[in-house]
Amino acid sequence: MTKDLFKNRYQVIRIIIVSFALIFILRLFYLQVLSTKYVTLANNNAIKELDVYPTRGMIYDRNGELIVFNEAIYDLMVTPYETKKAKGFDTLKMCELLSITKEEVLDRFEKMKKQKGYVRIPNVFAKQLSLKDYSRLQEYMYLFPGFYGQVRTIRKYPHRVAATILGDIGEVDDKQIEKSNGYYKPGDYVGKSGVEKVYEKELGGKRGKKLSFFDVNGRDVGSFGGGEFDTLAISGDNVVATLNIKLQEYAEKLMQNKKGSIVAIEPSTGEILALVSSPGYDPNLLCGAVRGKNFNALLTDSLLPLYSRPTLATYPPGSSFKPIVALIALQEGVQGVDYGYPCNQAYNASGVIVHCSHPHPSPTNLQYALAQSCNPYFCQTFRNSLEKNAGMSTAQAYDKWVKICNSFGLGMKTGIDLPSEVRGNIPTVNYFNKIYGEDRWKFATIISLGIGQGEVLTTPLQMANIFACISNLGYWITPHIVKRITDPVTNKDVTHQYEKHIALIDKEHFVPVIEGLFQVVEMGTAKSARVEGITMCGKTGTAQNPHGDNHSMFAGFAPKDAPKIAIAVVVENGGYGSTYAAPIASLLVEKYLNDTISAKRIDMEKRMIEANLLSKYGVKTNKSAGMAVGGEE
Amino acid sequence: MRKQESLTDKIDWLTVILYAILAIFGWFIIYSASSGGTEKSIFDSSIPSGKQFQWMIACVVVAFIILLLDSRLYVTLSYPILVAVLLLVISVMFIGVSIHNQKNWIRIGSFTMQPSEFAKFGVSLALAKFMSGLSVDIRKWKDKWKAALFIVVPMGIVLIQGDAGSAIVFLALSLVLFREGLESYFLIIGASVVVLGIFALIISKYILVGVLLSIALIVIYFSRRNKKMIWYLLGIWLLASGYIFSVDYAFNKMKPHQQDRINVLLGRQVQEGKDWNIKQSIIAIGSGGIIGKGYLQGTQTKLKFVPEQSTDFIFSSLGEEFGFLGSAFIILLFVGLFFRLLFLAERQRSKFSRVYGYCVACILFFHFLINVGMVIGVAPVIGIPLPFISYGGSALLSFTVLLFIFIRLDTQRFDMMR
Repeated sequence: MTKDLFKNRYQVIRIIIVSFALIFILRLFYLQVLSTKYVTLANNNAIKELDVYPTRGMIYDRNGELIVFNEAIYDLMVTPYETKKAKGFDTLKMCELLSITKEEVLDRFEKMKKQKGYVRIPNVFAKQLSLKDYSRLQEYMYLFPGFYGQVRTIRKYPHRVAATILGDIGEVDDKQIEKSNGYYKPGDYVGKSGVEKVYEKELGGKRGKKLSFFDVNGRDVGSFGGGEFDTLAISGDNVVATLNIKLQEYAEKLMQNKKGSIVAIEPSTGEILALVSSPGYDPNLLCGAVRGKNFNALLTDSLLPLYSRPTLATYPPGSSFKPIVALIALQEGVQGVDYGYPCNQAYNASGVIVHCSHPHPSPTNLQYALAQSCNPYFCQTFRNSLEKNAGMSTAQAYDKWVKICNSFGLGMKTGIDLPSEVRGNIPTVNYFNKIYGEDRWKFATIISLGIGQGEVLTTPLQMANIFACISNLGYWITPHIVKRITDPVTNKDVTHQYEKHIALIDKEHFVPVIEGLFQVVEMGTAKSARVEGITMCGKTGTAQNPHGDNHSMFAGFAPKDAPKIAIAVVVENGGYGSTYAAPIASLLVEKYLNDTISAKRIDMEKRMIEANLLSKYGVKTNKSAGMAVGGEE
Repeated sequence: MRKQESLTDKIDWLTVILYAILAIFGWFIIYSASSGGTEKSIFDSSIPSGKQFQWMIACVVVAFIILLLDSRLYVTLSYPILVAVLLLVISVMFIGVSIHNQKNWIRIGSFTMQPSEFAKFGVSLALAKFMSGLSVDIRKWKDKWKAALFIVVPMGIVLIQGDAGSAIVFLALSLVLFREGLESYFLIIGASVVVLGIFALIISKYILVGVLLSIALIVIYFSRRNKKMIWYLLGIWLLASGYIFSVDYAFNKMKPHQQDRINVLLGRQVQEGKDWNIKQSIIAIGSGGIIGKGYLQGTQTKLKFVPEQSTDFIFSSLGEEFGFLGSAFIILLFVGLFFRLLFLAERQRSKFSRVYGYCVACILFFHFLINVGMVIGVAPVIGIPLPFISYGGSALLSFTVLLFIFIRLDTQRFDMMR
């Protein structure tokens, strides 16, 4: 027998067993005691950080009526790595549940690839599923590893009005993401226009984080550490708007099938009571999954429904501007209230002839001139302001004139809390110097300014604002849409203090002008707008329009002695101010002050509501009728 | 004087207790791994732990019956039992059902069983019977061949039937032959084949051949007076080199999933996802730390990150929930069981009982070795259960039968002369 290396086989086998057991224990010691990375890896496996989206603040009108709220929807998210890891998902079932084709599924995955590192982060696979669709999907979630639903909300507008003021929310764009220092992520929703945009910070709230356990199929199976490491989402603040939603609804109804604007302000506070841009649209059109399609339709609509006319459209104010011309003349002492001037149906300024719009007796004082909107009278008044101002050259006097106009908020932004606003225009001395050369222009060159034509341009908001200023006898508060902001948890209010602007006109000069404006409605050009029992002051305007029929305008306020509402109405291509603008303004004032329209004026109300000027804009039917609102049953 | 002792006095209770601890511990982990966190009770027969409980009861009954039967029955019936079991394995190929794409199962009523599990005890009995033959001497080539047939033929049948994992376990029986006198160089060659094979896959074949040549030359230098040794060593070196090159060839002939398993083990880059099982298993174990996350608290276990959690990968749940202390304790329990079995085998008077005892110890050891090695990432992924702990009725029952026949043989060790 050959010599054997291992004499005691029993021992050899025991040594083999012990050696392997030792290897195993050492290996376990390395894995479980020495290495720390496995705890992290395990947590990465199972724990994921989820965004908790805050509830966006709601918006109420001035009377506490809810005008914007939230509705829950679901985004279907997918983390491609997890889907791959689990060897794919049931594509057919997914197609069936979402009613999409297989190609679309592939296409959606293809689109995700644009984002860096998309494989390991949750991507939006299907957006804004309704609760009904989502609950159906959830039953089959086990077939779709790597998918999960994320609840979000969309805005709902029960009153379907005030779209351009309230604004809309949409996906955050790249610029905002960059500027936000990592707060916003692609796919987040932010205010895109109107109040939603301006008050994004308040309405948006603050996103929270939630750590959750996810099983191998990507299902959320419960919170990590009992929520100890989660941060709560902080709900957005509620916003109380200055709007009177009933008035807004009524105003939009009156403006249907007409292009134009309405601005109503509470003079004492600068609060916007109604702000109409017509044609408007149902704000629900821009919510949820239908947003993209509808947005394009609205964008290409020839009537520009997305354009916020009250703050962006400018018109020559026409005769509505005459009270300002009168006030400046009184302030500068170039003529008195009792100043008379013969009408003669025309005014000849060194060969430039300005006609009067209608025959009327020659005015013997300012009030009558205002009431009859006499063009020659105000040409002369403007001339007096430029030429009779003691110790001033025409240019100096005009410079003063411009400054006073500016103090009414003309030719400058009013500062309203909406995302975009234009200045309008009050041409400056420099402007005319540039065109005509210094001292090469005089009163006759710029005569049309005296009757609100020519270079002077105002927005409907500015028009309403100057009448608010007049009614206040010389001051105006920055017009604004938001009354106060309320923290939904603490119920604490934040009220912004708005600036008080003083017009450069002494208080006493307003009294005669207001009297004149009262007569405009009582017996002058706007008597069609007279309302029994309401002392309304105002001024019609007919802005010349080189592209078609003149724009019908009216601006005014009521009641005369304790003004509660200042209003400006523009109906594009509506002709005379007395045709549409004045009646519409009077209806709104009556509705606002009396809450009802008197029986005598029902016919007029009906006429105004039914008036259809669309043919003048080259449109045959109402285009927005074909659009669908998301989530409607 | 021993004749007065009752059966219960003769039973080796230490083995029975180790067995019971492992099975009950396994049962608890099965509950955690398959249904942890659900409201269902551990006895609920709709979940694995409930089914395992039923199997455990069946095992108690079977163990009881085995202990009551005269152990000479097994000696007498060992060849017929082997034939019967092998026929059952072959029948699987025709009437079997697939579970996890493996057609290893026969359905009996609502239960399924895996005949290949029972082949082990059939072979063990037959090998013991053969080895205990009066004139059998494993050092004789004639008997070597015969013994090899007892191992290779059933192994081949199980392999053809498709259960490669179970087939590998038959190699454990070579340790039994070693105990019975097989020359040491078989063991050395066997170990060298495994070690060289692994090296051949890890490092360059040429370097390996070079290193071996250097070692051979150094040894030759020191024993240069022994001319015979020079030729021996050179011959061995040539054989080893040939083997090294053929490993690569054999590796390339393997099925892709088998190649992947070896690649994963060697830490080579594999297609993403192929190493998922083993990675997750190691993460689960590693995250357990020293004392573990606590029973039913394992996140990786609960969230099903580790596949085959309650069967082949059950050790990872154990590692996650009971930590280093728990898993080391179980390893020590196993080592204790193996040592006890070897001790019992050595004290047998009959060769049959001793050989059979060694078979039991070596088969259990191989299962333990391959399973735990796989789960902690030091052995390739070969799907075989961890004895007594893994979920699975056939496995538990076959291990129980295997073990209790030996316990019964041990109780009658004074009655059996050979």
